[in-house]
Amino acid sequence: MKNYDIVIIGGGPAGLAAAVSARDNGAENILILERDRELGGILNQCIHNGFGLHTFQEELTGPEYADRFIRQVTEREIEYRLNTMVIDIRPGNTVTAVSQTDGLYEIHTKSIILAMGCRERSRGSLNIPGYRPAGIFSAGTAQRLVNIDGYMPGKEVVILGSGDIGLIMARRMTLEGAVVRAVIELMPYSGGLKRNIVQCLDDYGIPLMLSHTITDIRGKERVEGVSVAQVDENRTPVPGTEKYFPCDTLLLSVGLIPENELSREMGAAINPATSGPIVNESLETSIPGVFACGNVLHVHDLVDYVSQEAATAGKQAALYASAKKYRDIPLPSVLLTPGENVRYTVPSIARPAQIGSSLTIRFRVTRVCRDYSLCVYFDGEKILSRRKKIMVPGEMETLNLSKELFDAHPDVKTITIQAEEGSKWK
Amino acid sequence: MHDKMYDVIIIGAGVSGCATVRELSRWQLRICVVEREADVCCGTSKANSGLVHAGFDAPAGSLMAKLNLRGNEMMEQLSKDLDFTFIRNGALVVCLEESEMPGLQALYDRGITNGVKGLQILNREEVQALEPNITENVYAALYAPTAGMVCPFELNTALAENAYTNGAEFRFDTEVINIRKQDGHFTVCTNQGALAAKCVVNAAGVYADQIHNMVSRRAIHITPRKGEYCLLDKSAGAHVKHTVYSLPGKYGKGILVTPTVHGNLLLGPTADDIENKEGTDTTSSGLAKVLENAGRNVKNIPLSQIITSFAGLRAHEAGHEFIIQEAEDAAGFIDCAGIESPGLSSSPAIGEMTAGLVTDRLNPLPNPNFNGTRKGILNPRLLSKEERNRLIRENPAYGRIICRCEMVSEGEIIDAIRRPLGARTLDGIKRRTRAGMGRCQAGFCLPRTMEILARELDADLSEITKSGGRSRIIEGGSMHEKL
Amino acid sequence: MEIKNLTCITCPLGCSLTVRQENGQILDISGNTCPRGADYARQEILSPSRTVTTTIEVKNGTERMLPVKTAHEIPKDKIMDCMKCIKKIRVQAPVHIGDIILENAAGTGTAVIASKTVQKADSDL
Repeated sequence: MKNYDIVIIGGGPAGLAAAVSARDNGAENILILERDRELGGILNQCIHNGFGLHTFQEELTGPEYADRFIRQVTEREIEYRLNTMVIDIRPGNTVTAVSQTDGLYEIHTKSIILAMGCRERSRGSLNIPGYRPAGIFSAGTAQRLVNIDGYMPGKEVVILGSGDIGLIMARRMTLEGAVVRAVIELMPYSGGLKRNIVQCLDDYGIPLMLSHTITDIRGKERVEGVSVAQVDENRTPVPGTEKYFPCDTLLLSVGLIPENELSREMGAAINPATSGPIVNESLETSIPGVFACGNVLHVHDLVDYVSQEAATAGKQAALYASAKKYRDIPLPSVLLTPGENVRYTVPSIARPAQIGSSLTIRFRVTRVCRDYSLCVYFDGEKILSRRKKIMVPGEMETLNLSKELFDAHPDVKTITIQAEEGSKWK
Repeated sequence: MHDKMYDVIIIGAGVSGCATVRELSRWQLRICVVEREADVCCGTSKANSGLVHAGFDAPAGSLMAKLNLRGNEMMEQLSKDLDFTFIRNGALVVCLEESEMPGLQALYDRGITNGVKGLQILNREEVQALEPNITENVYAALYAPTAGMVCPFELNTALAENAYTNGAEFRFDTEVINIRKQDGHFTVCTNQGALAAKCVVNAAGVYADQIHNMVSRRAIHITPRKGEYCLLDKSAGAHVKHTVYSLPGKYGKGILVTPTVHGNLLLGPTADDIENKEGTDTTSSGLAKVLENAGRNVKNIPLSQIITSFAGLRAHEAGHEFIIQEAEDAAGFIDCAGIESPGLSSSPAIGEMTAGLVTDRLNPLPNPNFNGTRKGILNPRLLSKEERNRLIRENPAYGRIICRCEMVSEGEIIDAIRRPLGARTLDGIKRRTRAGMGRCQAGFCLPRTMEILARELDADLSEITKSGGRSRIIEGGSMHEKL
Repeated sequence: MEIKNLTCITCPLGCSLTVRQENGQILDISGNTCPRGADYARQEILSPSRTVTTTIEVKNGTERMLPVKTAHEIPKDKIMDCMKCIKKIRVQAPVHIGDIILENAAGTGTAVIASKTVQKADSDL
């Protein structure tokens, strides 16, 4: 059995960028395990453009963005295995995997990077009443059927949820000749990017119905139509507002869930706000030597940020594997907590001794924040306040705290990030 | 004239029909099962609690009580013969107040009268020790250790496959339109043409009244009684070990909380009488009721872990009793009607009794080739590492995981399609292998499973259906050049 | 005079822009918070353009569909014409990322290129 320095679970954008960075930071024996028949993950079915503006300063399609990283991986001769499913990870970092060619086998490794990505929330978890006919797809499943398999799931479509995949699929199905009747969004705002609303819906005259939901699905064998109702401020359907939309297909774009079954089973602590592992400044989970990045850690809206985050995880895993860093020695640590109007922060823990020039904190707000200020408290003392014109739940925010700040506050125990209404600073 | 005269036609390939046909396949009989849907287990049998009741609930002296006890007793050996999972997890009927104690005692007494073994009334502390997540408000409970659970699909499929390999014929997508009795036999008119038989067994579930009333003037009426359920992820499956019921009464029969044989947690059912025999849609009020009441007996149910909800229809007959008898005014027409709870529990005994009525009339010779055992779909996860690797070397399809949530391999899916009475639809694969039944609800495996099914059936992807009929997955056509 | 309403996409603010125009000339732009909004409105009114991405069938390849895109943005009103032209095309594997699939999409002067490499089936990678 071969021993690796780093085993990376998942060969999507996070796994690829982590592998490249790990190699560039000195790791020798790296192995990527990918369950699909090719590297690139979900990017392979994201044939639309808009990827890579931050990373490559140009607009690429998903497959092109993946290709750039796959090239970097092959140039560095990083080993990868396709069609390989990881079944479990046990203490002592033994990874059990299965494939057609290698059967069931174990791999030992010094360090692990979790890069399994996320899955789409299904109809079941929403408890939408009605029949359970054919013709209900998560947007990503429909995207795969259209873009990879070359089949159109239906001709008349209603989309529930205005997440980006749903918006992208509204345009994609329209271009392929389907009629998209409406995009229905429960919240009073869309979870998708403005650009997608304009270029995927407005361009094609597809209505976006905010503060609406689906109250019934008709059709016993195949979807025949859905009832749509307005919701009140408690997100409860308002009686009498129901409208019936005939359609043969219902797409769901109602959220993504980090895919952490392996992480949970191996005992990594999970943050209920993100459904991803709790990590420290090095993106290391509660299990020493196990790192996480990308959508398995928290759901991102831009792949560029996934790549950046994964590069950090790759570097830290390389350092861990080469034991250049203190291993398993408890260091003083600071707790990062979300305050008012902030849903979560990644990381949740920071050890000042391990912070390089600055600490990158990624977070999301809980509501649309116009003219708010983003405030950072060190043990209750406001040490930073930045005016923000807009922050929305659909877009991840980033904040960098310089190392100097930590040096100036050596005894800090808790850092709180919060978004405060403008009136407080006006 | 008919080109083929059967000894018996069984209408309905649910668990009652399949238990009956499996018993009948012990004899030298020409048997045909006609089923309206594309597969076995598509009606009442597919959407229920999956419980094998102990038998304390059925009225003392009733056929229900008798067959429930007998069915429960038979289930263990049957599960070994037919290779399906049966777990005696035990049941608890919870009462929350001292004032309910007479009711609990009455249930205990009825259970004793019915012949249920091992019944005990437990006090608060004993219940809490047995089931840590029981509500703090628990006062006492009736404990029935003989209660158990099965996977209804597995049981139904196992019975059907075994009957099929023993010579019974199955016709799917075949709906009975009319039945005539003439010249001492029955002509069963279907949408696929007429069939003839000496005996007819009516195991048509919620449609058993319509079938019965085609031949008998002593009309029966079956009311579809809707039961809605919520199914939780396996991460919540260990929340309770026993099936937890409310004491029937104050809140009706109540919403039960139970693990499933596959390790999920199931909440439900509601009980609403409806008109529509096709009304398997869930309702917002029904689902709300399930969620509201599930917490009455069990605390801290992780409702965020719900992965799907569904509704089933029980075939309720006004007398609340199984009707298993020859129609008084139609000799040779045997009803197996009004099979509602505890129908699944009783199914082995229902099959035995119904088949007995047929053989009494036809006096057949034993089937010398009858083999009462059947092997289920091989589950590689139950093998040792060495055995599993040997399997993958021999058949690499077992090394390719298709459904990541339930970890189902391509090998199992191919087995499900190629075996006797194999799956021809996605639901058929799902029910046999659990591919698509997990937390992502087929979001990941759907295109992959479709591809395997299309390849095995030598069909185009666009012809694949969810459950037969008009349930095609692809409605918008292919982007590929037609060959 | 003609009035057009747009949503600015340059940042998450998503300002509602109002453009007044006459005889194809922009009179004024309002609703924007910053100059980028005005630039965006001008572009969207005078020459709105988009990159088109879609798939075409690829024969004898390791994939069934080949993702393609217009090499540059094309006028918005040409999107459907462009789709029609692209949909007529079928290619044989192998195809390499960046390969030109169509020289001039619907008279826009813009090429359609492959956005992925698809190897020939059964060939050694």
